[in-house]
Amino acid sequence: MSALAVNTSDFLLELRSEEIPARMQATARADLEKLFRKELDAAGLKPGAITVWSTPRRLALIARDLPLATEAVSEEVKGPRTSAPAQALEGFLRKTGLTADQLTERDGVWFAINEKPGRATADVLAAAIPAIIRAFPWPKSQRWGAASLSPESLRWVRPLSGIVALLGGEVIACEIGGIVSGRLTRGHRFHSSGDIVIDGVEDYAAKLLEAHVIVDHVTREGIVRDQARAAAAAAGLVLVDDEGLVIENAGLTEWPVPLLGRFDEAFLEVPPEVIQLTARVNQKYFICRDAAGKLANAFVCTANVVAKDGGVAIIDGNRKVLAARLSDARFFWEQDKKKALEVHAEKLGRITFHEKLGTVADKVERVARLARWLVEEGIVGASPLPTGEGALVTPLPSGEGLGEGVPPSPATATPETPNTPTQPSPDRGRALLADQAELAARLCKADLVTEMVGEFPELQGLMGGYYARAEGLPDAVADAIRDHYKPVGQGDDVPTAPVTVAVALADKLDTIAGFFGRDMAPTGSKDPFALRRAALGVLRTIQENGLRVPLDRALREAGWWLTETLEGRTNGAVDPLDFFADRLKVQQKEAGVRHDLIDAVFALGGEDDLVRLLARVHALQAFVTTEDGKNLLAGYKRAANILKKEEFAPAAADYLLEPAEAALTAALAQAGPQAEAAVAVEDFTAAMAALAGLRAPIDAFFEDVTVNDADANKRAYRLGLLAEFRAAVHKVADFSRIEG
Amino acid sequence: MADHTATASAAPSAPSFQDMILRLHAYWSAQGCLILQPYDMRVGAGTFHTATTLRSLGPESWNAAYVQPSRRPTDGRYGENPNRLQHYYQYQVIMKPSPPDFQNLYLNSLFAIGIDPLVHDIRFVEDDWESPTLGAWGLGWEVWCDGMEVSQFTYFQQMGGFDCKPVAGELTYGLERLAMYIQGVDNVYDLRFNDAGTSYGDVFLENERQMSKWNFEVADTDTLFEGFRRAEAECKAAIAADVPIAAYEQAIEASHLFNLLQARGVISVQERASYMGRVRDLARGSCEAYMAKFQDQWAQKFPGWTA
Repeated sequence: MSALAVNTSDFLLELRSEEIPARMQATARADLEKLFRKELDAAGLKPGAITVWSTPRRLALIARDLPLATEAVSEEVKGPRTSAPAQALEGFLRKTGLTADQLTERDGVWFAINEKPGRATADVLAAAIPAIIRAFPWPKSQRWGAASLSPESLRWVRPLSGIVALLGGEVIACEIGGIVSGRLTRGHRFHSSGDIVIDGVEDYAAKLLEAHVIVDHVTREGIVRDQARAAAAAAGLVLVDDEGLVIENAGLTEWPVPLLGRFDEAFLEVPPEVIQLTARVNQKYFICRDAAGKLANAFVCTANVVAKDGGVAIIDGNRKVLAARLSDARFFWEQDKKKALEVHAEKLGRITFHEKLGTVADKVERVARLARWLVEEGIVGASPLPTGEGALVTPLPSGEGLGEGVPPSPATATPETPNTPTQPSPDRGRALLADQAELAARLCKADLVTEMVGEFPELQGLMGGYYARAEGLPDAVADAIRDHYKPVGQGDDVPTAPVTVAVALADKLDTIAGFFGRDMAPTGSKDPFALRRAALGVLRTIQENGLRVPLDRALREAGWWLTETLEGRTNGAVDPLDFFADRLKVQQKEAGVRHDLIDAVFALGGEDDLVRLLARVHALQAFVTTEDGKNLLAGYKRAANILKKEEFAPAAADYLLEPAEAALTAALAQAGPQAEAAVAVEDFTAAMAALAGLRAPIDAFFEDVTVNDADANKRAYRLGLLAEFRAAVHKVADFSRIEG
Repeated sequence: MADHTATASAAPSAPSFQDMILRLHAYWSAQGCLILQPYDMRVGAGTFHTATTLRSLGPESWNAAYVQPSRRPTDGRYGENPNRLQHYYQYQVIMKPSPPDFQNLYLNSLFAIGIDPLVHDIRFVEDDWESPTLGAWGLGWEVWCDGMEVSQFTYFQQMGGFDCKPVAGELTYGLERLAMYIQGVDNVYDLRFNDAGTSYGDVFLENERQMSKWNFEVADTDTLFEGFRRAEAECKAAIAADVPIAAYEQAIEASHLFNLLQARGVISVQERASYMGRVRDLARGSCEAYMAKFQDQWAQKFPGWTA
């Protein structure tokens, strides 16, 4: 920058249009700033602070302290020496387009000096504004009006109706698509009429405010948030905060006025989630809770007008619309309850799950079988969970069978109390759990064909749970139906109740086995069937419940129907077990676990129990960062390198062992079996400790002993010792996979 | 153009159903629209009228407004649901090219039928429109009045698979819903049809009962299937004979027969997509034939214009 003080001014740009979809406004603000900065950058202009605002009908940008001109640039081009032949000078003049008298001579050399004067910022902006508008990356844009006779006509998110462009109060004159920039804008659609004259940055927001437009979206969001809460509080209620709704309502209004209305209390018999969804998704209303935390018969809508009657008509109108929607919802709720889930489920045969994987009824059949298998194999509900929490078996109240339609009373359906007379025997407990898992699995998709889920697909599972409870199925079954899609995303809860765990796992394993078996594994970024999410759900369910799942066997079991025999688990080209290993690495990487260590354990083969695998990886990670671990790894790599190069036949020593040799021999005799024994009882820390005992002997061995001795017997014995050392290490992990 | 606020003080009282239509006719007539009559065929929406579909093709300006009886057989409720009808009325406005003050023209029309924008909350909420059947899409809004959708507002971008050059603006008012709102009535059958004591129910309740029964239970499905095949064949023959308007009529006939078959529940999920594809082909084929018939003539009148 020049040392001279630069004159600067503030710049205002307003792009006024018909209503911009609320969901696009945040991105549009960011895009406007990005494009504006890009244009300034290209011209070498550095603005001060930039502010971008949006309303449904305008995008506004304010750039502070814009220099009024770009800097003058002086470019010097070196020419021939003054002593050079005439042709050289002629060539230079041709190239520069100058005459000889315009050149400057310095130290016997000709120079062409090209003075580029600074450009007025006003000119830069006059070109930049149309460029920004043309380049604007709206997700969807349209043509409009008479100009659209040409397919090349201007596109904008909705018809663009005006441009205000003022630099230091002066209009930046430009034109695009027949719209000429100026200083005139419009206020609120109904509270203001005629043009508003803007002088510049300083009076813009204030004049709009007078015209009932709060141009700063953050201010509007604050009004929606605070006044919605206040409206609820004034009614003795608590607003259910919903930041998405705050932003959406601020994006739908230029003058937000939150208003509280009431709906008929009778609708509260409909599940609260249904009411909330109806209010939120269809009407963009907030909902409220009463002091006890129960859903209240109230809603808060956000009007865009200060109504002459104080909002009475608006509230009444909104109440009627909500009532119509809630009566639809109640109708669905009542219709759906008229049939048992079992009856609804009969229609699942008409819905295709995937053309290669049969109908949803087929899937349900498979999931039911697999859920039962998971229980009967003792995989789910087998042993106490590591935390000591979570029901292993949710016993039915004694005497109650499944499907007999006797609703359990709340008192008898509570979780188990150990060692009470009603506690079933382990076998009976397992049988009940298996029955419940199978039943829940058979019913878990039935809500897909209900009216309610047809209307609100996002209520799948949840409605099934409600309907199950309404028909008197045990809570454990209803919960499993409700929660079997879990965990849906990274932040979602993982099921812990055994029946739910069995169904949730079976559903996801069936999906993964099926798609892999029919060669529809995810590729690259394409995962149309969300198999990665399903696999992660399986991993988390296993991990967080400490389940011992032989995944390979479970996948074979899930894929039994894909081929004639169990052995040929999959027809697919990709082994789903590898897919799980990859998912595990991705997941564990986020948790700070080294992928090479996971590889080191996977490489041993035969490990498909993720809990055991991770315990070993965790112990390994703790070990390889210790001094012993690092040195042992170095010793291992050295041994492995030697073994890679040398061929030998192991031989017993026919000579007196050197001390370091003898020490290693003795250490191996101890450490090898110790590590093996520790692994067998899954005490991986002990296994690492056993390996740590090899560190000093292997270091000493390499220090004192020559492996490649001229004596063939010594060489063979020593190489054999190294091979033994490598084998001992491999009892814990394949150290060759470990980096560093 | 008048500002709403300029006339906001003169809020008219709630008109009857028929008066509301008359006021809309008077209003849009004053805006230069032709006031047309309904298309005399069974259609699912006002958009199907040739005054919208076919006339939105090509470069010539076109401004029209009309009421279109609309049939949605699967929405029938035997006259027992206060909001759902298998036969109802849409008020349709089409203006090509879309006028610069189309939103204000629309808002003033609401004022003309008794909706004061300083008493009610009127909002334009994103709702893009797409009709795969017509090979058409557009951007626009559903217009909310106190949270209720009262109109669909669309800038057509494509019709029959062709870019709209120029773009037409389309308004669709759900007349019963709007009237229920203006009259403060919770049941469609309670609407005042006129100001002399006749209700909407007096006029249409029995029709809803009988037609719901016919749509769902009685209509002979073999006849419907046969009708569909005949309409399809007739449409193709008409395209071949270069009478695209006739072809288009057969396409909408096929479309309605398909809707009836749906109501009878005799089209499986798999077949459904196939039938929709057949209807789409007919509608698009008709639009293409219409375009082919007129494009040279249009290009002559509008130099540089191409389909």
